[in-house]
Amino acid sequence: MFLGPALFCGVAIAKKGQPTDAELAAKLRKAPAAASSWRNPYEGQSDAVAAGLKLFKHHCAECHAPEALEKSKAADLRSSALQNAPPGVLFWLLKNGNRSDGMPAWSALPDQQRWQIVTYLKSLGPASQEAGVVRRPAGIR
Amino acid sequence: MPAPAKRKNRRRIPRGAGLLLLLLAGLASVVCAQEKPYFVAYDSQMEEPGNLEIGINPVIGLPKAGNGFLATSIEFEYGVKAWWTTEFYLDGQRTFGDSTIFTGFRWENRFRVLRGEHWINPVLYLEYESLNDADRTLLEVVSFDGGRGPLDPNAEARREHKHEIEGKLILSSNWRGWNFSENFIAEKNLANEPWEFGYALGLSRPLALAASARECTLCRENVRAGLEMYGGLGDRHNLTLSGTSHYLGPVLAWDLPRGMTVRVSPQFGLTPSSYRSLIRFGVSYELAGFGRRVRGLFR
Repeated sequence: MFLGPALFCGVAIAKKGQPTDAELAAKLRKAPAAASSWRNPYEGQSDAVAAGLKLFKHHCAECHAPEALEKSKAADLRSSALQNAPPGVLFWLLKNGNRSDGMPAWSALPDQQRWQIVTYLKSLGPASQEAGVVRRPAGIR
Repeated sequence: MPAPAKRKNRRRIPRGAGLLLLLLAGLASVVCAQEKPYFVAYDSQMEEPGNLEIGINPVIGLPKAGNGFLATSIEFEYGVKAWWTTEFYLDGQRTFGDSTIFTGFRWENRFRVLRGEHWINPVLYLEYESLNDADRTLLEVVSFDGGRGPLDPNAEARREHKHEIEGKLILSSNWRGWNFSENFIAEKNLANEPWEFGYALGLSRPLALAASARECTLCRENVRAGLEMYGGLGDRHNLTLSGTSHYLGPVLAWDLPRGMTVRVSPQFGLTPSSYRSLIRFGVSYELAGFGRRVRGLFR
């Protein structure tokens, strides 16, 4: 009886594949123009990278893989579309979510924590073209 | 033929154990939700898709006359979509010096209306509840609900059963770490009774806005503090504050490691119709990827 509604709803979730680079770029183009000029107050700070990794593990890892370094069901966070996007656009995406693809809005997180996550994501750099090569950000073990 | 029956039984046991293992496997997932600190008010935050949150929310009530009570709701909250959260509650009640009884269930659904984040984020809430009159979980206060006199004995109160529908308009804003939430409540007993109205307000903020670089339990960023107020607004025939109950109290939520959140709130009755005070507790546990694991069972 307790699990009934949850089981029903669990089965009701639609399955979607990982979005392509072009699809991600199209989503990011929905950000307001002003977002491109928003400055990351933590840019390049190693403490912010570590804090961002911690927040990423708590909030994002379930869908995006433990450190965003492996393949996952959700968007590849080291794709060139995301890595080449301005930090402000990633900040906007975190705040607003992408509900049609199942990404919740992380608007309840304070701005500072969203910027820390952006700092971590930017520290990842683009995925290596060589299969199986996983590059970790400097200072993260 | 006993053999096939035995085989049948053997098959059933692992399936039951499988569900148990499923829950235990969920316990191993590290996840922290954006947990609201409020007990009655809702903000615009939805459960993450595929996550199941299990919670228990006891409330101790001290009426102005007669015996106190301990009411408890057990909560199962599931994120169906990023814009749709469903929740199922089982309620029970113990009146001190009387009995302990099951009082009924509720099923609620919340739908986030707009895409993206706005200054004010509206969420629509729809609920069906089947509760008896002994229920004292006070998850909403509407109309002239109150605690002026002593409680009716459970044996008597449980005889009256209510089937109600409830709608809420949830408005919520996030600004510089603060959350402001306003709920407008309309409830109707399906036994041809008038619409009843109420409200709930919440205000909260984490004690620290930036996260520290290290994993920690006793960090200010893991604690949210705020205020919550709620009460009744009369009914369709008499929309008024007169004779209604209202409560105000601080709320505190602490996110512990491995998806657990603990909440506490002492709340105080503000009008002669209110209970003198309520002490609310809440413990919840987030099971990440629950939906994915359930789907895996049926493949």
